[in-house]
Amino acid sequence: MKTVEDLERIRKQAQAMTRLREGKETTRIVVGMGTCGIAAGARETLSAIMDELARRNIQDVIVTQTGCIGLCEQEPIISIMMPGTEKVTYGKVSKEKARKIVASHVVNGQVVGEWVIPTG
Amino acid sequence: MRELSLHILDIAQNSIEAGADTIGITISEDESSDLLTITIEDDGPGIPEAILDSIANPFVTSRKTRRVGLGIPLFREAARMAGGDLEIQSAVGQGTQVEANFRISSIDRAPLGDIAETMALLIVCNPHVNFKYQHVRGNAKFACSTDTLEGILGDIPIGSPSAVPVIRDVIKEGLKDVQAS
Repeated sequence: MKTVEDLERIRKQAQAMTRLREGKETTRIVVGMGTCGIAAGARETLSAIMDELARRNIQDVIVTQTGCIGLCEQEPIISIMMPGTEKVTYGKVSKEKARKIVASHVVNGQVVGEWVIPTG
Repeated sequence: MRELSLHILDIAQNSIEAGADTIGITISEDESSDLLTITIEDDGPGIPEAILDSIANPFVTSRKTRRVGLGIPLFREAARMAGGDLEIQSAVGQGTQVEANFRISSIDRAPLGDIAETMALLIVCNPHVNFKYQHVRGNAKFACSTDTLEGILGDIPIGSPSAVPVIRDVIKEGLKDVQAS
């Protein structure tokens, strides 16, 4: 059962999302937050990504989470999906690496090749 | 997991993936009975009885990418190490409640850790879920929710990266007020 407050929140979020889409297609950053990811430090990785985006005042990037993708030994894992390009997945992303990936890949469009891992 | 807050993050992810609209997280410290209780409850689809019986078995999981599920077993082990236990109540259509308790004084009890950051990330990265967080210590209580935080944030959208430090600080202050450990 949805309350009035629930509906109001959904409406506001939909408006915000529409604003995002009107500008251009958005970049998505997906962080692996399964048990394996969290045990390997995914919270700190996610924290660093959010902090780096906030510091640079980047508002048109969506950060979401996913569960285990079967590559536990590579956690923390993040994937970056930018409009018009293939998905790129990075492994063993420490908080320092996460900041570098935001700066290089998300802001400047330069994939950090040495940290990319192959996915099925 | 080094911190109990990481277990909370992990168990809350289960609720998110199950499609819950509301997730309640309650931490209760009762010094007089030496008991720390962590409850994570959601209004998701619930767990069928047949699976519930075996859910703490690491070899039972609904996931397809890997056949071992460790979230609940690890949390249960953390509780048992600290003289407590973990209990799951769930039924199809009734949501799920995971409750773990710990002896506060147990030397094997992991610290609560950075719960303010954990909650801020959960709330900001899942703006479609209404989180209700409560921290009770003796007679003191701090509570906040996605709804109340939206009011505090004003023009900053709840899903924006800029919302993380604001929410983190609100929770940190609140926890200071109840003298949370």
